Amino acid sequence: MYSKTVMEHFRNPRNVGVIEDADGVGEVGNPLCGDMMTIYLRIADERIADIKFQTFGCGSAIAVSSMLTEMAKGKPLAEAKRITNRDVAAALEGLPKNKLHCSNLGADALQLAIQNYEDRRDGRVRPAAVPAEKHAHEHGDKCYCPYCDVETKKGATSCDACHADLLEAH
Amino acid sequence: MKIINLDHNSSRPLLPEVKAAMVTAIERDYHNPASQHQEGERAAAALEDARESVARLLNCANPKEIVFTSGGTESVNHAVKGAALANAEKGKHIVISNIEHNAVIRSARRLQSMGFKVTSVPVDAQGRVDPQAVAKAVTGETVLVSIMHSNNETGTIQPIEEIARLTREKKIVLHTDAVDSVGVVPMDVQALGVDLLSFAANSFHGPAGVGGLYIRRGTRVFPLLEGGVQEHNKRAGSENLIGIIGAGAAARETLAHLPQWSHHTLALKRRLLDRLPAAVDEVIVNTHPEHSLPNLVSLSLRYIEGESVMLMLDDEGFAVSTRSACATGSLRASHVLTAIGLDHADAQGTLVISFGKDNTEEDVDRFLEALRRTVATLRNMSPLYRKATNGSA
Repeated sequence: MYSKTVMEHFRNPRNVGVIEDADGVGEVGNPLCGDMMTIYLRIADERIADIKFQTFGCGSAIAVSSMLTEMAKGKPLAEAKRITNRDVAAALEGLPKNKLHCSNLGADALQLAIQNYEDRRDGRVRPAAVPAEKHAHEHGDKCYCPYCDVETKKGATSCDACHADLLEAH
Repeated sequence: MKIINLDHNSSRPLLPEVKAAMVTAIERDYHNPASQHQEGERAAAALEDARESVARLLNCANPKEIVFTSGGTESVNHAVKGAALANAEKGKHIVISNIEHNAVIRSARRLQSMGFKVTSVPVDAQGRVDPQAVAKAVTGETVLVSIMHSNNETGTIQPIEEIARLTREKKIVLHTDAVDSVGVVPMDVQALGVDLLSFAANSFHGPAGVGGLYIRRGTRVFPLLEGGVQEHNKRAGSENLIGIIGAGAAARETLAHLPQWSHHTLALKRRLLDRLPAAVDEVIVNTHPEHSLPNLVSLSLRYIEGESVMLMLDDEGFAVSTRSACATGSLRASHVLTAIGLDHADAQGTLVISFGKDNTEEDVDRFLEALRRTVATLRNMSPLYRKATNGSA
C-alpha cells in the first residue's frame, strides 16, 4: 500500500530526535486519527542548520517527518517556508489518499517551528497554537470518504457515494 | 524469511485435508446441486455431506439448520436484516452491543433508516455485556437481539447462554456473531440457546469466501438474496460447492482436534502474558483474564501507534493485526477499544495477536524480543513518550 520511498524512510528514518534548547519548535497533532509531530530547529544565519523530529503515528506519518527533515535541512528560512505538505507527499512518490488526510502534517509542523523561531527572534508572544486542531483539507487538499475512497465535498456529513456517516471522520 | 503467523483470527491457513478435499472436488467436475439429473444428484450429495459435517461442528439438531453463505459478513447481514424484517409486524426494535463488528452495526444502521429503533448496550471495562443490561433494553417492540459470541479486537467472550434465557422467555430472536469463536472454542448451538449464529469457514482452516448461518428450526428470517430455492429457500444462488466441500473437511478436522488446539494455543497465550512485562512496560492488556478466546491477546502499547508497530514487526518476520485507526482506514479510534474505556491515544497502539495450532513456544519468545526492539525504536521517536517521561527519553 505504501510506495518504496515511504517504506525506505519508515525503515530508516532520518533526523529522529530532539534538539535541546532548540531555536524553534513546532508541534502539530491531529486529534482524529492520533498522529502527532514535533519539529525542532537549530537556526544559524537564517538557515536551518539542524532539524530533528519526533512523531507518534503510522508508517506514513513517520516517513513524512523523515522526508520533510531531509528537504528542509540546510535550506535558508525563506526557502524552507515554501515547503508544503504536497511537496513532501510528492517527494515520497505519493501517499494513500486517506493518509493525505491525517498523516501528512510535516510541513505544518515545520512552518510552526519557523514561526516559533521568528517570534522568539522578534520578541513576539503568540497565544497557544490553534493550528494543532487544523485538518488537512483546510490547506486546500482534497477530501476522500474513508470508507469507499470517493472524493467528498469539504465538510460533508455523509458520503454521496456510499452514504457512510462522515460526521466523526471530519 | 519465514513469516511467523500470529494473526490467525484474520484467517487460518487451509489444512492439508481441506486442500485435498477441494482438489478432489475440482477433479470430480461436480454439476449444479440444484439440478435433478444424476450429475446434479451427485453434487447435491456432496453438498449435504459438507452440511452434515458443519452441523456436527456446531451440534445442530438438524443439518438443514445450516445455510451456506459467502462468509461471515453475509451471514451477519442475513441474520440481522433478515430476522428484523421478517418479524417487523411484531415490532421494530432491535438490541445490539456497542462492541459489535461493523457487519452488525452497519446492518442495524441500515434498519434504522427503514424505521427500526436500535438500542446499543454498553460493555463493562473488561468488554463484557451485562445480561441485565440487555434485559433492561428489550421492550415489547423488540424483535431481535444480536450480541457477538466473542469480540475480534479483545477476544472477550460474552454470556450468550444467559442472554438466550431472557430472549427465549420473551420470544425474541437471538443472533450471535460467532465468526471469531467457531474453530477456536467448542460451539454448541443447542446449549447456547441461540436462534441464529454466524460463522466463517476461514476461521476454522477452511477457505475464505465460504461461511454459514445457523437458523434454528422455526426461526422467522427473510432471505438476504432472493431468487431460486437453494439452501432450503433461505439463500438463493448456486452454491460455491468446492468451497463448501472445503468447509466440510475443515469442520471434520476441527471437530476432531479442537480440544488439543485450544490447549496448545492457551499455553502460548499464557507464556506471552507471563513474559510480556519483562519485554515491554507501559502496556495495557485488553484481554479478559477469564472469559476470552484461548488463542487471542489484545495489547495496547502506550505512546506508539499500531500500524508502525505492525509494519516493523512485519519486517522482523511476524504477522500481527493492529486496531489503530490508520491501519483500519476508519480514521478514528476503534469503537470497541473506546467502549472498554481506552483513551484514543492508547487505542492507537493496539495489537491483536492470535495464535494458531502450528505456533510454538519459540515463536512467542522470538516475538517478544522483536516486540521489545520495535517498541524501543518507536518510543524513541514518540513525542508522547518524551512528554510522559518528562523529557528524559
